[in-house]
Amino acid sequence: MNSVVSILNGAITPVTSKRYDVLVIGGGNAALCAAIAARRGGASVLVLEGAPKFYRGGNTRHTRNMRCAHDAATKILTGPYTEDEFWEDLLRVTGGQTDEVLARHMIRESKDILNWIVEQGVRWQPSLGGTLSLGRTNSFFLGGGRAMLNALYLTAERLGVDVEYDAEVTDLVIEDGMFLAAHVKRPINGETEISATSLVAAAGGFEANIEWLKEHWGDAADNFLIRGTPYNRGSILKMLLGKGVQEIGDPTQCHAVAIDARAPKFDGGIITRHDSVVFGIVVNKHAERFYDEGEDIWPKRYAIWGRLVAAQPDQIAYIIFDSTVVTSFMPTLFPPIAGQTVAELAGKLGLDPAALENTITDFNAAVRPGKFDHTILDDCRTEGITPPKTHWARRIETAPYLAYPVRPGITFTYLGTRVNKEARMLMKDGKPSANMFAAGEIMAGNVLGKGYAAGIGMTIGSVFGRIAGREAAKHARN
Amino acid sequence: MHGTKILDEADRLMTVCNSCRYCEGLCAVFPAMEMRRAFSDGDLNYLANLCHSCGACYVDCQFSPPHEFNVNVPKTLAIARAESYAAYAWPRPLSGAFARNGLVISIVAALSMAAFILGFVALNDRTVLFGVHTGPGAFYRLMPHNTMAALFGAALLYAILALVMSVRAFWRDIGDPIGGRADGGSLLQAIRDAGELRYLHGGGVGCFNEDDRPTDRRKLYHHLTFYGFLLCFAATSVATLYHYLLGREAPYPLWDLPVVLGALGGIGLIVGPIGLFVAKMRRAPELLDQERYGMDVGFIAMLFLTGATGMALLILRETAAMGPLLALHLGAVFALFITMPYGKFVHGIYRFLALVRYAKERRAEMIAE
Ligand SMILES: Cc1cc2nc3c(=O)[nH]c(=O)nc-3n(C[C@H](O)[C@H](O)[C@H](O)COP(=O)(O)OP(=O)(O)OC[C@H]3O[C@@H](n4cnc5c(N)ncnc54)[C@H](O)[C@@H]3O)c2cc1C
Ligand code: SF4
Ligand code: SF4
Repeated sequence: MNSVVSILNGAITPVTSKRYDVLVIGGGNAALCAAIAARRGGASVLVLEGAPKFYRGGNTRHTRNMRCAHDAATKILTGPYTEDEFWEDLLRVTGGQTDEVLARHMIRESKDILNWIVEQGVRWQPSLGGTLSLGRTNSFFLGGGRAMLNALYLTAERLGVDVEYDAEVTDLVIEDGMFLAAHVKRPINGETEISATSLVAAAGGFEANIEWLKEHWGDAADNFLIRGTPYNRGSILKMLLGKGVQEIGDPTQCHAVAIDARAPKFDGGIITRHDSVVFGIVVNKHAERFYDEGEDIWPKRYAIWGRLVAAQPDQIAYIIFDSTVVTSFMPTLFPPIAGQTVAELAGKLGLDPAALENTITDFNAAVRPGKFDHTILDDCRTEGITPPKTHWARRIETAPYLAYPVRPGITFTYLGTRVNKEARMLMKDGKPSANMFAAGEIMAGNVLGKGYAAGIGMTIGSVFGRIAGREAAKHARN
Repeated sequence: MHGTKILDEADRLMTVCNSCRYCEGLCAVFPAMEMRRAFSDGDLNYLANLCHSCGACYVDCQFSPPHEFNVNVPKTLAIARAESYAAYAWPRPLSGAFARNGLVISIVAALSMAAFILGFVALNDRTVLFGVHTGPGAFYRLMPHNTMAALFGAALLYAILALVMSVRAFWRDIGDPIGGRADGGSLLQAIRDAGELRYLHGGGVGCFNEDDRPTDRRKLYHHLTFYGFLLCFAATSVATLYHYLLGREAPYPLWDLPVVLGALGGIGLIVGPIGLFVAKMRRAPELLDQERYGMDVGFIAMLFLTGATGMALLILRETAAMGPLLALHLGAVFALFITMPYGKFVHGIYRFLALVRYAKERRAEMIAE
């Protein structure tokens, strides 16, 4: 009888009653790279993804490319992109707020990641001709980030990694910098405890946690739109920081761009962006311009507009242009709002018509003749207005007048857990944790103190994910 | 606003995809879409017929349902595609009826044809029907060759006429100037793309069917079906030439070209359609255009019947079963012919033309760059 009961029990005990060598929390690029590397390192691995299966992979679902150093042109990348050049790009965008040792280590490892990731089933696509000229520095995933994730999941599954969806980790048992167990909440089994020999935390940042954002941004955060997954609420990050892990980074630093104000609150992804700023002007709710729209080539300055709009009253702004340029930028998800006159447009936007007319008249009067070329820093500029538009300034005068309303769109946050070159978390006393590793967004702040260069999010996840998995397996098998 | 609801939805999706473009490496649909900013009915029908329904862009899309953007390109284009067949069908009144109960209509057509032939024979001489006939001309003891040729010739001519009329309407609608022809290079390119089913590969991993794991079986079964069909067609053509040029009458010996081609084709037409049918039964419902299930299955069934009765005839042709089997086989072929312009058969032609148009556009773009 006893044996029957135990057999029956055995039959219904969830897979996680088994003790695993490595527990990975999260389900995105960083988590999967860690899981695969740990499994290849000989460990038994369980991945707990808080989201349901469709939403697996957090923000990684929305990505498109990854930045890796390489010494020579490849089938998918033009020209070399040396370690030094990558480092200089990183130094420039972060203004020096980066951990040089870690960053250089990441850049060196990124060379090998280009191939490693392909060995895990991910496919690259030949570089794009179109809007973003990143064919030298960035490799594009064939089919986008979700295709990339699907490939990683298939490989992990084939290798024997166990994955559970809808499995949110709600608590961590940590003693003296040593991970013992995690509490996981599942829709059917309620809350259970899972122990494992090592932990990899790859559960993303806290961008989807508006309450947490408000602690640092105030009420302005109510007007932020979150571009990615609603599941990155920073719960694991908060637990780790609360249990002795050293923190890195500034909670207000994040990757934020201006996206269409009509986008959904969460998960609108890449298609809500606008790249029309250089072709027009940007005004706030008082119909005033507030920043040089022609400061730099758009992909380079793309990431500053989120912060700029966040600093405006009610966190709203309007990109205004005219009908002569509508085909100069990527087609947009939401159509532009149109008016036959500036006043009509202002009315539709809820702006003061006289104020908008003044701003446009002043701007038009300040435009100096030049030769327009949006691929270089051209000589079309304004004179005698503040702020100036230093390049690509052309008069806005051909009806219909058009506008996109924009709000700050938060991509991901930089506050994170401090790690070393082994992706091992450092405790507040500076000592490395015995068995806790972190990868991806949750430790991005080690590399990104501020600023951003396209494709680095995935580099951080893949490089540190692979290291974390390898090291976690090594620890578990010792 | 478009002509139909599904074209409105296709337009919405193409607007989403055009601002995303993550899928541009997967197939021809997305690069073709990128060449446009606004989409006419004809543009959407063109894109719909370029899609091979591999499913990759559904499995790879971060906005597929349950996401609120609800992006389901394969299913939407499948419905639009099926509706386009009806929209271009000639003469118009025949199109709708067929699409609704494709399976039933095809089978009924095949059986009634078989009954007709049986009746025809029986009226002449009952003993002939169940008799054993061998040697050249054996088939024609059941039905004189000239009757057979006239009957099938007429059916084929009608099918060709109806198809030509439909194809003209399609080619015009997808935006080629009237009278515009394809250049040799584009034609060759399209023949290659169609011949290898280049875009049924999900961007390289294979075709998606029952779940998010790619398998390439649909491509294999489609190849078997398509090349099986071509081989059977070749067998019939060779036999016709034999008959008129060499005066040699069917049935031919086993080693002879028409039989070899027909047998190989027949195997393809048995294995291929079964594979396609099984794949269709297993296919994830969210990728399928369920309403057109009958039309698709009807066409698969007709091909299978043609292959199966043909093979049975080959094996049993020297027995008393020959008569009824010949009637069944002829019935199936006849039904296949007359239903061609109103069923799934047209997908091959429209897709090929869409590929020609795509090859043309690409070449024009390359020259312009
Ligand atoms: C629209 C958009 C476009 C982007 N494009 C690019 C790009 O092209 N290139 C690039 O490099 N970067 C891009 N990024 C940034 C990139 O997405 C991130 O840097 C990267 O995905 C981070 O990977 P990750 O694995 O650390 O986190 P994620 O991929 O976000 O994964 C975190 C995971 O943790 C899970 N999780 C959270 N809390 C818990 C919990 N308590 N229990 C269990 N699981 C939990 C989440 O469900 C999620 O699966 C983009 C981001 C967005 C939003
Ligand atoms: S199917 Fe989805 S991922 Fe692909 S292009 Fe369209 S919106 Fe983008
Ligand atoms: S061929 Fe495949 S990838 Fe292309 S549109 Fe159709 S289903 Fe999508």
